[in-house]
Amino acid sequence: MNDGPYPHSAGQVPVLRLGDVLLVTVQGDLYDSTAQRLQDDIGAGVAAGGVTGVVIDISGVEVVDSFLARVLAEIAAGSALLAARTVVSGMRPAVAITLVELGLTLPGLETALDTEAALALLSRGTGGTFREPR
Amino acid sequence: METSTGVGADLPIRSDTDLMWVRQHVRQAAAQLGFGLVAQTKLVTAASELARNTLVHGGGGRMESAPLGQGRARGLRLSFHDEGPGIPDPERALTDGYTSGGGLGMGLGGARRLVHEFSIDSAPGRGTTVTVVSWAAAPPRPREES
Ligand SMILES: Nc1ncnc2c1ncn2[C@@H]1O[C@H](COP(=O)(O)OP(=O)(O)OP(=O)(O)O)[C@@H](O)[C@H]1O
Ligand SMILES: [Mg+2]
Repeated sequence: MNDGPYPHSAGQVPVLRLGDVLLVTVQGDLYDSTAQRLQDDIGAGVAAGGVTGVVIDISGVEVVDSFLARVLAEIAAGSALLAARTVVSGMRPAVAITLVELGLTLPGLETALDTEAALALLSRGTGGTFREPR
Repeated sequence: METSTGVGADLPIRSDTDLMWVRQHVRQAAAQLGFGLVAQTKLVTAASELARNTLVHGGGGRMESAPLGQGRARGLRLSFHDEGPGIPDPERALTDGYTSGGGLGMGLGGARRLVHEFSIDSAPGRGTTVTVVSWAAAPPRPREES
């Protein structure tokens, strides 16, 4: 048996509301169930109304596999249906390189270097989408 | 889990908590063998895809990991084993976008791109073993000059 909880895991990811933006900071490795719950929580937050943007900070995430990538893409798609934009911020370079090789380009997801840039992007209008790193 | 801090290990894959242990083990083992950050991330991601397939499609199983040494090159071999339904047509399963469930169908093909060596041993009813190898630097050549 493993003793003690997994060292860098989060059982629940808090969803903060800053004006008309939902701000989520994902830290460490996630249970699949935690990622799914986060999707539900963000969906409920956007559905509650008055939300125009969702920022998901993944600077503390070391691995994005196809499961988590799909959850992020579904969050963006679900939010878009309710007229909210989703920006993923702080993706580590190693994660970005790996996602490209994995073949996942996260269609529909906008990205920003950090949370501040993500918030600026949301207040401006249009921004970049996930691009192959050079 | 006694072996989780060493490079060699035999870990169960029966729950999503086990997936996290697999990722952590592969991360630590790769770091210990001198893999760079990008190489670690690629291998951990590949392991996560394959372990999830073992869990979701294979009905659970295990991962064995073993260090490899060839000259100065150091590598890690990971083997994902289950006794599930097997893969009737592995070539097709490797095709990007092919899924028998609700996935993206990028796991197997993507994992193959993220490692240096990749093999599937599977037949209907016999279960599935996927084995991958990655090297800390470039994969060793059959003949090396010194
Ligand atoms: N261990 C396994 N046992 C039985 N079938 C498998 C196994 N691994 C993969 N497969 C089959 O190969 C297909 C492709 O696998 P792959 O990982 O590429 O996609 P997926 O798991 O369906 O979706 P994704 O990984 O993108 O979420 C699966 O849908 C499944 O039919
Ligand atoms: Mg898969």
